[in-house]
Amino acid sequence: MEILMSLLIGFLFAAAVYLMLSKSLIRVVLGTAVLSHAAHLLLLTMGGLGGTKPPVVADGVTVYDYADPLPQALILTAIVIAFAVTAFLLVVSYRAYQELGTDDMSLMKGNEDE
Amino acid sequence: MSNLLLFPIIIPLFFAAILMMFPKNIRMQRTIAAIGGALTVAASIYLAYTVYHDGIQAVTLGSWPAPFGISMVSDLLSALLVVTSSIITLFVIFYSFPSIGVKREQSFYYPAVLFLMVGVNGAFTTGDIFNLFVFVEVLLMASYALIVHGGEKPQLREAIKYIVINIFSSSLFVGTVAYLYSVTGTLNMADLAVKIPQIEETGILTVIAVLFLIVFGFKAAIFPLYFWLPSAYAAPPIPILALFGALLTKVGVYAIMRTYTLLFTMNIDYTHELLGIIAILTILAGSIGALAYFDVKKIIIYNIIIAVGVILFGVSQMNEAGIDGSIFYLVHDMLIKAALFFLIGIVTVLFGTSDLRKMGGLIKTRPGLGWTYLIAAFGLAGIPPLSGFPGKLLIVQGGFEGTQFWGSIVILASSLLVLLSVVRIFIYAFWGEPVETLPLAKRSYNQMFIPTVVLVAITVIFGVGAELFMPLISGAGEVLLNPTAYIDAVFKE
Amino acid sequence: MRTNDVMLQTATKVVTFIILVFAIHIFFAGHYTPGGGFVGGLLTASAVVLLMLAFDIRTVKSILPINYVTMTAIGLILALGTAAASIVFDVPFFTHAYDYFTLPLFGETSLHSAMLFDAGVYLVVVGVTITIIQTIGEDE
Repeated sequence: MEILMSLLIGFLFAAAVYLMLSKSLIRVVLGTAVLSHAAHLLLLTMGGLGGTKPPVVADGVTVYDYADPLPQALILTAIVIAFAVTAFLLVVSYRAYQELGTDDMSLMKGNEDE
Repeated sequence: MSNLLLFPIIIPLFFAAILMMFPKNIRMQRTIAAIGGALTVAASIYLAYTVYHDGIQAVTLGSWPAPFGISMVSDLLSALLVVTSSIITLFVIFYSFPSIGVKREQSFYYPAVLFLMVGVNGAFTTGDIFNLFVFVEVLLMASYALIVHGGEKPQLREAIKYIVINIFSSSLFVGTVAYLYSVTGTLNMADLAVKIPQIEETGILTVIAVLFLIVFGFKAAIFPLYFWLPSAYAAPPIPILALFGALLTKVGVYAIMRTYTLLFTMNIDYTHELLGIIAILTILAGSIGALAYFDVKKIIIYNIIIAVGVILFGVSQMNEAGIDGSIFYLVHDMLIKAALFFLIGIVTVLFGTSDLRKMGGLIKTRPGLGWTYLIAAFGLAGIPPLSGFPGKLLIVQGGFEGTQFWGSIVILASSLLVLLSVVRIFIYAFWGEPVETLPLAKRSYNQMFIPTVVLVAITVIFGVGAELFMPLISGAGEVLLNPTAYIDAVFKE
Repeated sequence: MRTNDVMLQTATKVVTFIILVFAIHIFFAGHYTPGGGFVGGLLTASAVVLLMLAFDIRTVKSILPINYVTMTAIGLILALGTAAASIVFDVPFFTHAYDYFTLPLFGETSLHSAMLFDAGVYLVVVGVTITIIQTIGEDE
């Protein structure tokens, strides 16, 4: 399972980098979204995938049955942050598209005179 | 009171939330923002006083026992940095009154500044790696809002690059935290400091240490990860630039300082030598940039990068002189950078441009401004007895005591380049043929000039009275070199 | 361009209320089971967004004359105030209090100060989400 997850995470990272390197602004935004999800999956996998029971003391549940709650809590926080940042980036890129009249990153280099 | 160390975080958050309710009333915005900033400064000074007298303050949120809850720790280093950043934010608030413009003031400028303060103070105070990530994100969100604030074309263009770079480094941060958690099983810094020496496979830990260097290097703008900084910082108006230049990169520097002394000391030969070499390259790259531009903003911005290199070189030496020097220089640099940005802010307002070649002769009409700038410039370059000198001296001494003596020589040589780069502004803008200046009301000139002079005066006091501050600095350095006190404070219960 | 969206509008009138009730359910479920302020807030925001899609932003503004930025601020103060109440009792920040009460209609109920914090989170999430969507949607 860990191997499968690692492959998936690697694929997501590759896809995200590919998207972020493209010229179109909306692809860059999508790339950042995919990138943060890849990081969240990495956090989940690194925390260990074993254990299915909720981490609450109960009869007949040994310490090996628990799912580790910490990575889940961390991912929840990270997802909320990624949600906020992605939303903000969308607003900014929409405004930039309106103001600059282009969504092509290669035309957004700027020059010394401004 | 156990919650004292949280006050510099709670107070600005509370005031920011209040300010969000009536964005259009400028008088109220200014008054409440100033009160919030002043209260934060008062709370942080009281905190530093308590830490100095009663030892390290620590609290674990939610009454959980130490390694399970989120720990907040305030040792002398973090208390000093909280005091410095609170003071700078207060001055930026004062400086913003005449210079930021009514339109910006009415669209949540002051709440964003206070949120930035929350993030910065939180990042300096936290004792948990993941919580550090959260506070860094808080300050980044505020900085995104500030860098795009006003919505001018260059701002929008640079904001997108800035945000994308930071999302990339944040994702790396999450990934690195994941690796650290899978190796150690904890993210509490004090707990990590106990567990990391027990792990025998130092190879994987070295990889994680270098990954953290990359993550924090993006924030701190070390070589070669500083590429985003000059153009991004040049886009927003001067008060925001002063805030960013003084505080944001320093959070990255602080994070490297903390993790490379408290946690990753298992393979100093590799990690710290790498840090030292990168620091020297950062100084060289920054010096080239500082001399290459005729834009006053860019010159000072490249000086941020030089300072980051100098501080990190001191950290990489891992001896008393080096660490003490780094802490002193860190505090000095935050103050002097804010002061310099304030000064060039006035200069650019007077000339209506930031291009040095279109300036000249200001010393005849504004002598006070000229001499204040010269003092600040000498302070930045480290001319005794001003505040840049003791820190740099200690860092150089640390280099000679350590292995990388050639680094110290580079730092000494770079001081001359720093001096040249800032004196060039003095020569072009203040000497030479007088150039027509734009009219500026005496009242708003004074409103901008007075906070600047006070800030420069603080740096002069910090330099001349260095002997007074040395117990604080060396106390902070001692905790970094012997983390036992830090660990004991967290696990006190 | 105005399309004929009678279907969407009619369905929205029913579905919005179902979503809102479910959001409240999820919010209170967060007490001891999965759910809570964040999810509840997102559901509420999605109900409002559905209204905006079916009708238009101006109509929704006239039926829900709420300043969402103020809402965010109130939420922040509520959440921060709950956490900061621990300062008064001199226990570590974020320490919560709870007890069991017998209320009319509900019977024995556990009341937890974390719910106030969650109510703050709920307001912040609704406020921020709708502010963002309004910013993008408004200038068309």
